[in-house]
Amino acid sequence: MADHTRPSDHAYLSDHTRPTDPARPADHAGDRAPAPGAPAPRAPAVSGAPAVSGASAADDAFICLEGVEKVFDVRRRTGLLRREKHQVRAVDTLSFTVRRGEVVGYIGPNGAGKSTTIKMLTGILTPSGGRLRVAGIDPARERARLARRIGVVFGQRTTLWWDLPLVDSYRLIRRMYRIPDDTYRANLDRCVELLELADLLDVPVRQLSLGQRMRGDIAAALLHDPDVLYLDEPTIGLDVVSKARVRRFLRDLNTRRGTTVLLTTHDLTDIEQLCHRVMVIDHGRLMYDGPLAGLHESGASERTLVVDLEREMPPIDTGGAARVVRTEGPRQWLAFPAGRSAAPLVARIAADYPLVDLSVREPDIEAVIAEMYAGRPTARPAS
Amino acid sequence: MHTGRLYALVAVNGFRRHATYRIATAAGVFTNSVFGVILTYTYLALWHERPHLGGYDQAQALTFVWLGQGMHMVVAAMGGGFEDELIERIRTGDIAIDLYRPADLQGWWLAADAGRAAFHLLGRAVVPMAVGALLFDLALPADPLRWLAFLTAVALGVAVSFAIRYLVALSAFWLLDGAGVAQVAWFTGLFFSGMLLPLNVFPGALGEVARALPWSALLQVPADVLLGRHTGRDLLATYAFQAAWAAALLAAGRLVQSVATRRVVVQGG
Repeated sequence: MADHTRPSDHAYLSDHTRPTDPARPADHAGDRAPAPGAPAPRAPAVSGAPAVSGASAADDAFICLEGVEKVFDVRRRTGLLRREKHQVRAVDTLSFTVRRGEVVGYIGPNGAGKSTTIKMLTGILTPSGGRLRVAGIDPARERARLARRIGVVFGQRTTLWWDLPLVDSYRLIRRMYRIPDDTYRANLDRCVELLELADLLDVPVRQLSLGQRMRGDIAAALLHDPDVLYLDEPTIGLDVVSKARVRRFLRDLNTRRGTTVLLTTHDLTDIEQLCHRVMVIDHGRLMYDGPLAGLHESGASERTLVVDLEREMPPIDTGGAARVVRTEGPRQWLAFPAGRSAAPLVARIAADYPLVDLSVREPDIEAVIAEMYAGRPTARPAS
Repeated sequence: MHTGRLYALVAVNGFRRHATYRIATAAGVFTNSVFGVILTYTYLALWHERPHLGGYDQAQALTFVWLGQGMHMVVAAMGGGFEDELIERIRTGDIAIDLYRPADLQGWWLAADAGRAAFHLLGRAVVPMAVGALLFDLALPADPLRWLAFLTAVALGVAVSFAIRYLVALSAFWLLDGAGVAQVAWFTGLFFSGMLLPLNVFPGALGEVARALPWSALLQVPADVLLGRHTGRDLLATYAFQAAWAAALLAAGRLVQSVATRRVVVQGG
């Protein structure tokens, strides 16, 4: 919509700016097409990811933030009666755009400003400065009008009515959003089928498990056919099966209906399986905007190889391919660059040591981000 | 039209939510009946010493007692309505969910509280009243129009009560913990609604002030309507008194709501 310059998908927005096309390790070069501005996502991670519909051809910025700020006044007691007023910048000159049909991961440490951003996008918080548009609407001014076009799921809260059967919440939502009967029927049927809600419709929400309630909440956010869905930690606290079900549903939603999705999460797998693009925010500023693979590189993040030997031994010598970051009896933790294949390392260890078992652990988002800020790899065995 | 249907559905759900808790309702009815008996003997002692206190004869005074027990939950004179939930939602930040919906916050909760009041009228008022009428000699009218006039006054009383409690709940936006304000409001409600003693009993300036405050719309006014102390033009003036308080307090609630949602931080991540 707005004709403002969009940062290239590869731009590093932090102070740790690196050359746009850093020399990559040879064994990683084939992973990605290096064409700037049109990054091919890392092949294995997003192979089943949405084929974005024709909408993406036009560069219409569906969500658009330009220099958005949110400043909170905080009063702190400094004496018996004295109070000091100071300001907290929860969001600081934040600019980004999201096109229609994109699935974007929005990540950052706790208190980074993620939820504040989402609250501004829904219109329940008014920005202190800057310009913000969703579907061409200023959320804070026309909250009710925008509400009909957005769906929101807060993982830690519920939009459902605690004492009532699930289906009663849906009936209320139907009236609230003035959903036409046939649309309501079709959407409910689809959600019930894909999210496996059929047996739950008559159960009071307070009796649902966390995973069931989350599926119920996601359905509730989609009954009115929103153009964009904000998901705040949609898989938090869910078991593996429930997580997989939720992810499958979201992928399908984006592929079939072209729903734009903005997702905050602490679960790297959510991002890997759903998002083409990741935005990292910290201290209210955008630190990174690009594909997930690039995020791994920019932080020089590390994967961890957990090796079980037959007996306790001195730290494994890999000839510089990995560092031993922890040992515990016969088990050793080795860190190696996330972009590099584990195969040569494993082969080498298997040849030189009495190997019993091993596993590879992906870095979690906190680790990736922490390393990104530190600017150098740090020892951080996932355990 | 559409909006009306939404709020009607909200009210129905408010009714059904409270109807879910049957054992709690039965326990409440029992408690109200016990308190009714205790208060009855207190009033009997009082009216024995001072017949026609506040202009009520003994049967009317006892009717007032049992109306108080019956209406206690209906007009939520001492809280027990939506406000605890709203305070909790503000404190935990769940209010965010209510705010992004395309529905009016005040209208939504008013509808929900109306549904609750309707349930409490059936579930918590009828039985204690019947118990009182069975055990003691009450001055209940036979005229169905009088009962209709009474129910109208009760409905207006619920609106006033809602408006007060809405303001109490919104204070949580600033205080984070609305419990203190809620407690003060409950004690005020207990006394100034006439739940302890009819406001007509109090002489002089205190009595005048007590009868002019909004809480008198909760119990004192509906009770006097049922007892036939307001009829004809006086009845209309009584309704106007209740409606004026409801309108003023609802408007104040809207004002506070708009300030709260514009300026105040929504709690939690």
